[in-house]
Amino acid sequence: MPLIENGRIGEDAWSFIPDGEPVPNDRPVIISFERWQAERDSFEGRNARLGVRLKSGTLAGAIAEDLDRFSLVAVEFAKFRDGRGFSTARELRERYGYTGEIRAVGHVIPDQYLFLVRTGFTSVEAPEGTNQESWANALKEITIAFQPSLDDTQPLSLLRRKLKVG
Amino acid sequence: MNHIAPGARAGIYHYDEIDRQFVAERVEQFRKQVDRRLSGELTEEEFKPVRLMNGLYLQLHAYMLRIAVPYGVMSAVQLRKLAEIGRRYDRGYGHFTTRQNLQYNWIKLEDTPAILHELAEVDMHALQTSGNCVRNVTTDPFVGAAKDEVVDGRVYAEILRQWTTMHPEFTYLPRKFKIAISGAESDRAAVRIHDVGLLARRNDKGEPGFSFYVGGGLGRSPFVGKLVREWVAQEDFVAYLEAILRVYNQYGRRDNIYKARIKILVHELGLETFTREVEEEFARLRGPKYRLDPEVVEAIRQHFAPPPFEELPDHSDALERARAADPAFANWLAVNVAEHKAPGYAIATISLKPAGGIPGDATCDQMDLVADLAERHSFGELRVTHVQNLVLAHVKKDELYDLWKRLDDAGLGSANAGLIGDIIACPGLDYCALANARSIPLAQAISARFADPVRQRTIGELGIKISGCINACGHHHVGAIGILGVDKKGTEYYQITVGGDPTLTTAIGDILGPAVTETEAVDAIEAIVDVYLANRRDGAERFVDTLARVGHAPFKERIYAAD
Repeated sequence: MPLIENGRIGEDAWSFIPDGEPVPNDRPVIISFERWQAERDSFEGRNARLGVRLKSGTLAGAIAEDLDRFSLVAVEFAKFRDGRGFSTARELRERYGYTGEIRAVGHVIPDQYLFLVRTGFTSVEAPEGTNQESWANALKEITIAFQPSLDDTQPLSLLRRKLKVG
Repeated sequence: MNHIAPGARAGIYHYDEIDRQFVAERVEQFRKQVDRRLSGELTEEEFKPVRLMNGLYLQLHAYMLRIAVPYGVMSAVQLRKLAEIGRRYDRGYGHFTTRQNLQYNWIKLEDTPAILHELAEVDMHALQTSGNCVRNVTTDPFVGAAKDEVVDGRVYAEILRQWTTMHPEFTYLPRKFKIAISGAESDRAAVRIHDVGLLARRNDKGEPGFSFYVGGGLGRSPFVGKLVREWVAQEDFVAYLEAILRVYNQYGRRDNIYKARIKILVHELGLETFTREVEEEFARLRGPKYRLDPEVVEAIRQHFAPPPFEELPDHSDALERARAADPAFANWLAVNVAEHKAPGYAIATISLKPAGGIPGDATCDQMDLVADLAERHSFGELRVTHVQNLVLAHVKKDELYDLWKRLDDAGLGSANAGLIGDIIACPGLDYCALANARSIPLAQAISARFADPVRQRTIGELGIKISGCINACGHHHVGAIGILGVDKKGTEYYQITVGGDPTLTTAIGDILGPAVTETEAVDAIEAIVDVYLANRRDGAERFVDTLARVGHAPFKERIYAAD
């Protein structure tokens, strides 16, 4: 599936290994959170990078203790209307200080891309045949934000601009 | 685009270039989204929330477009634009809603980009008036004018307007999210029936802060908001809300649309657990990033500086002469006019509930007239109330008689604010795809039955609220008399509740007995009123107090005696 990064379709170095299938040791793979819980010992001493995939209902706290084991956390959107993932990403970044890749997987639409980026996602798995232009445009069409984003240094962001108006 | 600056004296928030650019970008974004829907890139399922967050509903017969009126305050210039749009794109009228917004019920999809463009000319839009996001924040319609005001709710409602606009984390919540703020001693914003209700207060040092009530709401499971924190300091105002919304976004139910509001989460977790989760999140969020700087608040407050009031004696000879000479005016004065904090001024409620009329509807000509009157008498500013009336907040007492005569000539002079004719009704089966029964014709029939203003005043404070289905958009649960439309084998029936209360002493009404037909409902309301009048003490006891004292029995006996 096309991987969207920085508004463009990019190369995906990662592959998801379904539960039950053997996990290759020589390349970056994503496993399910359930598999991680059941087989965590088997990943001791692994050198290739490891990622974990969280279902919509699995919140950031569930994986917090183990975050240093993962170079990628994939957050699933069962339906695009289910917005829990936005909080999951934000908690991963702000509460648990996670600095690796956070990837949105499942059902997301370009109209959510700006929100994904602003809550800490770095990449999105888009459906086959997706219109790259819509993703690129989603980062450009709205240039104003009224709340602090993850990378903002100024508290309460644009609210502060009002000082100049008064 | 030619922006029309609102009158400089009006106490309303003035858009700057950034606000304008944002709205322009959103209009353009929606135009592209419509194109992507038409090309099939977006499925209907994917387009729906996008459309809703731009205020566009599909109703029974046509599209409805709901225009945001932030905290119910707007300028005369904006109202005139709403009239113009209603004339050109709708059927010559608009409908003011219980969320202090305005909606057009007969809109063509292909006209919406043009309408949004015209709205943007006067710094208006339809954003976040629907969808599972934070909706238009509401406040006291007497804000900035009421004698009992402690804190100006507009300042904080505007801060919330900005903070909730396209919030990246909270735009796909489990369900819609409604916030109300009251900063006066009397609650005129019904804060405890909101997802979050805020009571703005002051501590011993005079510093503003907030009591947070969470989990109120009506619908099929009515709940009264619970006190989650007694005092949140101003600087923590945004952080505390962010904490509440994050807890809700993560834990709110998404498996059942009827259990997805925050009231169900608070109920299922229990107040203690819910509060602990919020406090934990809050403790962590607190800090420079979310701290609300007093300078920011001050800068916003300057937008709402009091208009240049003249120094006037509080007593007006002209007013007293008119009162003595014209009994109809005297009646309107007693019912629709409230005390103002500035001497010589008064707050006038314009009733959109003429006898036999549709609650909340105004023709475009009426809107133009109100815009003119707002300019002449109230510094070019007006408010929409959550009971679907309009308010001119700063009228000189000397000018009240002139104002009333102009209103009365245009069918806007009804003296029934807060009385039995001041009915709240949802659009009902005349418009709404969800409704089980019609609300509007029943409201019209009741208000026609009680048309006599003297009789209304004799009955006194008595709110009737009508919903056409269990979703309770007409707030029937908190009506002193509430009416709920139900469908019984294809026939419309109405269930009557009594004893509801939307103020701080919030109460959910109790069902009086079996549902009745539309004709029976009007008679039943009259019977309830007769029993009340026969039982009330000292000729002044309020309906809800008489009801609490004598109970349901005498009312039931009268209504259901024939069965």
